[in-house]
Amino acid sequence: MQQSNTYIIVFSLILTIVLGGLLSGVSQVLGPKQKKAIDLDTKKQILGAIPSEKDKIAAMKGDEVIARYGEVIQSYVADHEGNLIDGVVAEDVNIEKNYKLPVSGRQLPVFKYAHGDEEAYILPLFGAGLWDAIWGFVAITPDFEEVIGISLAHRGETPGLGARITNAEIQARYVGKKIVDDAGNLVSVVMVKGEKNPESSLGPHKVDGLAGATLTAAGVNNMLQAYLGYYKNYFDKNVKGASALSMN
Amino acid sequence: MMSTETLEAPVAKQKETLLSKRRRKLVSDPLNDDNPVTIQVLGICSALAVTTQMQPTLVMAISVIFVLIFSNLTISLIRNLVPTRVRIIVQLAVVATLVTLVSEFLKAYSYDMYKSLSVFIGLIITNCIVMGRLEAFALGNKPYDSVLDGLGSGLGYSWIILAVAFFREIWGSGKVFGYPVFEALGIENFATNGLMVSPVGAFIVLGFIIWVQRTKSGYVEH
Repeated sequence: MQQSNTYIIVFSLILTIVLGGLLSGVSQVLGPKQKKAIDLDTKKQILGAIPSEKDKIAAMKGDEVIARYGEVIQSYVADHEGNLIDGVVAEDVNIEKNYKLPVSGRQLPVFKYAHGDEEAYILPLFGAGLWDAIWGFVAITPDFEEVIGISLAHRGETPGLGARITNAEIQARYVGKKIVDDAGNLVSVVMVKGEKNPESSLGPHKVDGLAGATLTAAGVNNMLQAYLGYYKNYFDKNVKGASALSMN
Repeated sequence: MMSTETLEAPVAKQKETLLSKRRRKLVSDPLNDDNPVTIQVLGICSALAVTTQMQPTLVMAISVIFVLIFSNLTISLIRNLVPTRVRIIVQLAVVATLVTLVSEFLKAYSYDMYKSLSVFIGLIITNCIVMGRLEAFALGNKPYDSVLDGLGSGLGYSWIILAVAFFREIWGSGKVFGYPVFEALGIENFATNGLMVSPVGAFIVLGFIIWVQRTKSGYVEH
């Protein structure tokens, strides 16, 4: 039996409406749950930049992570000149969307970590890896000198090569590295080419590289250098020296 | 409809038991003798891509089984209504909807898995096993048989990718389901094999599985 064109059109129409309705219904129902999952994931990544917190949250349930986050993190949003922007929730700033804007128009969220006498500033990172976007959070000391920890993530780097930036062992290489030289100029931390370089040959501004993933490493280097640069003004204006005045 | 009549399997006239021999074969054939991955060589792309670790592989396997069963069921239920000339598009729409559902549920309930499987869940749409079963079976058979057929093919796909993932994870990372086996056994310096983590490792493991399977079954390609 050869169906008429009318039958085919009506059938397709009904099928489209049924399937489309089903999908949008499910999307409506699951939407809030998905938003929560994304929110939790972001907060995990932010806390994950602090090595001591990373171990703690690994054993926590979702609600506990959210509670912990509320306890230890205070967030701000600044512009590229280091002035605070009021009325914007730092957690809601979409780093990827801001990445596409010119630097002068970007909103730069800052996450201040304080627990006991431990203090750190956690800054978002975003950039291009070899295949697709890479991003992360870096925790640095309030004097803008040393890396406390870093958490890195990616969308499409090669498994086993560039994708290794998500490994704890790779991220641990950044702990304690210096981002400024003796004169106080920003030099960032560079991941070198090649792997298994002895620590002695690396020094305070370099970390061991990823064999077979030099281009991903270059992406991480660019991203770290760029974002530390964007936040330098913020530290100069709001943190260093000024901390007694504005950051209580 | 002419086309579906020719595809219709010979249906037993007397009432068939729920798990008759023929129906059991629908499930068991794709496990070994007619395996979608190793015999029909379908669904290779995802078998290479997701099998570096057991856990995401398991989620992938469950997702594919779900999509296979429900797309087979849906298409079989509407098989006499589907206009022959647009049947491929209809199949695709049904499969794409089911895959999107899986993806949405993962995003809501297991965000970490959603992130690590990322694009490969979406690519179930193009997994040849799914479309293959719809064309070859669901369009010409009753719903219950189609469900069994989907389950069989899904399990056939699943055990292969899980086997590949097992060898790749244990050789590539020294772990099984993320559990460090060798450390637990007191072997501290297990040298992991980087080749196993790359897609090449999947080709090699899959090749060995096919070799063993064909040596046992005597299957030869013509």
